[in-house]
Amino acid sequence: MEYFVQQLINGLTLGSIYGLIAIGYTMVYGIIGMINFAHGDVFMIGAFIALAMFLILTTVFGFVFLPVVLLIVLIVAMIFTSAWGWTVERLAYRPLRGSFRLAPLITAIGMSIVLQNFVQITQGARVKPLPPQIQGGITLMEGGANSISVQLSYMQIIIILTTIVLMAGFTLLITRTSLGRAQRACEQDRKMAALLGINVDRTISLTFVMGAALAAVAGLMFLLLYGVIDFYIGFLAGVKAFTAAVLGGIGSLPGAMLGGLLIGLIEVFWSGYFSVEYKDVAAFSILAIVLIFLPSGLLGQPEVEKV
Amino acid sequence: MSEQKNPLLSVRGVETYYGNIVALRGVDMDVHRGEIVTMIGANGAGKSTLMMTICGDPRARNGQIVYDGVDITQMPTHEIVSLGIAQSPEGRRIFPRMTVMENLQMGAALVDPEFFDEDLAKVFKLFPRLKERISQRGGTLSGGEQQMLAIARALMSRPKLLLLDEPSLGLAPLIVKQIFDAIRELNEKEGLTVFLVEQNAFHALKLAHRGYVMVNGNVTMSGTGAELLKKEEVRAAYLEGGRH
Ligand SMILES: Nc1ncnc2c1ncn2[C@@H]1O[C@H](COP(=O)(O)OP(=O)(O)O)[C@@H](O)[C@H]1O
Ligand SMILES: [Mg+2]
Repeated sequence: MEYFVQQLINGLTLGSIYGLIAIGYTMVYGIIGMINFAHGDVFMIGAFIALAMFLILTTVFGFVFLPVVLLIVLIVAMIFTSAWGWTVERLAYRPLRGSFRLAPLITAIGMSIVLQNFVQITQGARVKPLPPQIQGGITLMEGGANSISVQLSYMQIIIILTTIVLMAGFTLLITRTSLGRAQRACEQDRKMAALLGINVDRTISLTFVMGAALAAVAGLMFLLLYGVIDFYIGFLAGVKAFTAAVLGGIGSLPGAMLGGLLIGLIEVFWSGYFSVEYKDVAAFSILAIVLIFLPSGLLGQPEVEKV
Repeated sequence: MSEQKNPLLSVRGVETYYGNIVALRGVDMDVHRGEIVTMIGANGAGKSTLMMTICGDPRARNGQIVYDGVDITQMPTHEIVSLGIAQSPEGRRIFPRMTVMENLQMGAALVDPEFFDEDLAKVFKLFPRLKERISQRGGTLSGGEQQMLAIARALMSRPKLLLLDEPSLGLAPLIVKQIFDAIRELNEKEGLTVFLVEQNAFHALKLAHRGYVMVNGNVTMSGTGAELLKKEEVRAAYLEGGRH
């Protein structure tokens, strides 16, 4: 029982990170019908920028008050990834809008390779460590003679709470504001949105920017949680977040959140009860199974007929 | 009215292509302030293409479109409509997964929010049915309700020129009458200028002050609604056997 609860907590933490990345996949897919394969790498540079910024602030400028440092790190990482998301859309995807469907997919893979190699060359292929910054936690259940004690670390609390706040805010943004409405309108009928005065290109750019900013948050969380990053984390996390988006129903915002949590839970329980070596295989198998048996996902809308 | 000097909309020699296929072969037409003008023509004549070309999508390859003194031929769609043109397009294009309310809010995207409640009350007065459906999703409305919503959504942008593409298509005669009455009312009471494209020539010509006939991407005839209704060619091609 204790073991189960502990895995549940770990799974929700990991799932929060996947969910935040998955939102970027699902929103971009929703609005332009394209899988942005470079999105996982945006998460990766988010983590690298966060690490660099963290080291600059603490060693060069001698900042010590952790909350302020983390806030600045987060903002800077979000600004950089947003700028990157905007640039990629502008340079690699927009010129191909209206060409055959595979074209932007190919440039997306190209952008992903460019980013990975850039980071590999400039930062090296070895993992970059960050010593644990936020330690300690709460003991939820005391371990007995034949059970472990259940720990909820402060880091986990921060990650889960931040994710809840971001997702609530984001849901409000999409469902209640005129920007969110414009995004949904572009998703459903771009031509009509333009006829109503919506600047479709700008709305699409903003969608990339939002997805990238959330990926930066996930990158910082990953860095703080695991303490090591390398140029390859974007690929694995990206595929899992993409799986999460597909599982939840690609294009659906609540679906991405739910899918993220489920993938996090599945991965953690799989490692906990079966085998750690095959945890990535679990995620990929789910992707295959969902694509075959449930292509519109758990919360995806089947296409509504247009009369 | 056609003697007026500055038309609200003037289309000159407009040619539009889909790839290499020509859809408009040099269209000339005007819409003056306060008029209801109709373009009638058979399916595939190019009526919808003209409507969309006015809004910049597809763009005219040759010719010029001037709206309210501004050359809009090369402008992006969202800037053209921001000048006061609203379109209820072919197929209505209601956002299917948005509620009636949200569709109307989209219509008001460019308008100062301070006018929203007032404008909403106005379109509900025009189409009371929409008020009953306010939180229903657009995709679940009946065809007639969708058409009303498409027009209402266009009106929410406070247009000076309303473009209507076949508002009667596929609707029961009673609903068609409701919609045409609403158009007449808007024109008479608010002075709204309307450009209406129709296959339903009889109703359109009775409603309109002036009309044009389009055949295969060319404007072949023009005149007042009453004149066109009397013309033998018009009667033969668009009215006989199809009298409503
Ligand atoms: N998206 C399109 N791509 C290619 N050809 C089109 C497209 N839309 C319309 N056409 C062609 O352009 C011509 C005019 O069509 P349209 O403007 O829809 O006529 P109407 O509205 O009068 O029925 C037709 O021959 C039609 O097949
Ligand atoms: Mg048409």
